Amino acid sequence: MKTQPVAKIIKRKIKKYHSQEVVCAYLMLFPLLFGLSVFYIYPIFRTIFFSFTKWGAFGSYKITGIGNYVKLLHDHDMLLALKNTFIYTGLSVPLGLSAALIIAALLNSKIKGLSIYRALYFLPAITMPSAVAMVWNWIYNGDYGILNYCLSFFGIKGLGWVSDPSVAMYSLILVSVWGGIGISMIIFLAGLQGIPATYYEAASIDGAGAIKKFFKVTLPLLTPTIFFSLITSLIGSLQLFDLVFMMIRPGNLAMVNTQSIVYLFYRNAFVLNDKGYGAAISVVLLVITMIVTAIQFTFQKKWVNYD
Amino acid sequence: MKKMNGKNKGKLLVHIILIIGSIWMIFPFFWMILTSFKTFSETTRIPPVIFPKSFSFTNYATVFLTLPFKQFYINTIITSFTVTIGQIIVSTMAAYVFARLKFPGNKILFFIVLSVMMVPTQIFIIPQYMTMKYLHLLDSLPALIIPGWFSAFSVFLLRQFFMTLPIELEEAARIEGCGTFKIFYSIMLPLAKPGIIAASIFSILWSWNDLMWPLIVNNSMEKMTLAAGLASLQGQHLTNYPVIMAGAFLAVLPMLIIFLIFQKQFVEGIALSGTKA
Repeated sequence: MKTQPVAKIIKRKIKKYHSQEVVCAYLMLFPLLFGLSVFYIYPIFRTIFFSFTKWGAFGSYKITGIGNYVKLLHDHDMLLALKNTFIYTGLSVPLGLSAALIIAALLNSKIKGLSIYRALYFLPAITMPSAVAMVWNWIYNGDYGILNYCLSFFGIKGLGWVSDPSVAMYSLILVSVWGGIGISMIIFLAGLQGIPATYYEAASIDGAGAIKKFFKVTLPLLTPTIFFSLITSLIGSLQLFDLVFMMIRPGNLAMVNTQSIVYLFYRNAFVLNDKGYGAAISVVLLVITMIVTAIQFTFQKKWVNYD
Repeated sequence: MKKMNGKNKGKLLVHIILIIGSIWMIFPFFWMILTSFKTFSETTRIPPVIFPKSFSFTNYATVFLTLPFKQFYINTIITSFTVTIGQIIVSTMAAYVFARLKFPGNKILFFIVLSVMMVPTQIFIIPQYMTMKYLHLLDSLPALIIPGWFSAFSVFLLRQFFMTLPIELEEAARIEGCGTFKIFYSIMLPLAKPGIIAASIFSILWSWNDLMWPLIVNNSMEKMTLAAGLASLQGQHLTNYPVIMAGAFLAVLPMLIIFLIFQKQFVEGIALSGTKA
């Protein structure tokens, strides 16, 4: 009796595709494929095409070849935006991921109140970035902000955290770390809980302490999870926009040191209505993202542990 | 005995670090709420006023008086929920197909979906805007809703979930002679409920919080969402922080409530997105 289903399964494996299943698969995929094509895949090529055009009034455009890219090379704002975006990404990603890793490791140490801590650290991650930006603007305020007041107890002279061009970017990075810990922490925590206890027991028998266990057992086994978070955080931070748009108002001198690639994209494409130029900026961002991702995938062999 | 003490000290240190971090996490919320009840003059004093003299809702009233904030709420709620319903229908079907069905092109099509997920969203925006313009949908709620129905992330997340489900039930149903769609609809869909809830939460959260797209497609106040509306609020009240904080709190409150109710699903959903399959 029991052999019959097995025989059927084997038979199905021999015949590679079931026509009914294939038809059904395509029917069920159709809405997604249609929508993705119209709203996501075709736009990629369309944007690349637009990047070679110059836009006039009323949405007319003509092809100008590499004109936009030549202009980009000489655009001082773009140079600054690239520098700012790299500083932001280069600091907020490692800071955010290490903070999240530390919190996750601490939470994983069989501690009381895990779910309360987890909720508290996750709260910023679900909060609307534009609202977050406004609250931090108020905390950072140079005249009446609570941060300066707190610092005054330590004899530190306050400053305009978002209006002083030399510190504004670091203030934004701190907000982004604050808002980003939650997501990575939960991903890390899930990864940590997946590490079998026997590994730690073995390390204990070998006489390893807590710190040694972390570096010899936890960290290597967590590398696939870290790799995943690294990729998604990098892609996300390269798209910095909300915080700059909401925290640095037009006219703020700190704009020079905080305007990001995406901020310039938005300004050119939708405020100055130069959609060809905006498209070229987004293509540059696409290329940067692809390079960064490719580098990550190339170097993962050196440090990511897949078992 | 000595070892026990060391262990307890360790635990205490862990708690201290976690509590300091928690204060950093929670303080901005605390400060936002307190400020929203202060008078303007209470926010321009040194040393700062920590607790307002009286908790009045004047600032909340100002938010509703100076901007169509009620309309922002309605727009944001309609958008988030319509996006989510459409997205879940489209994504669960596709995710199931990618996770379980054998058909030519499975790998390559899923690879394309993953690639869309990795590409910076700005690359889609100008043509999406042109499409909306062509369809005469600029400055309308459908402009906010339609692109959201198709989400590579949602498909990815749900596929991860379907792959964790046992295959035996399906095999049994197939042997019974059930069609593919019936298996999906009557067997897999009910099992996928936790995954669907997780994907819905992400979808609601994303549409609720998104700033750039509403800012671009909708210009009139009547069609704005809360996130874009906050930008106008800030533009109008500049340094009147009590009013701004009242608006910010109003905008984030519904998500905070949803988070408190569905905390477990939030956490599971995020954890799911990070697991390798």
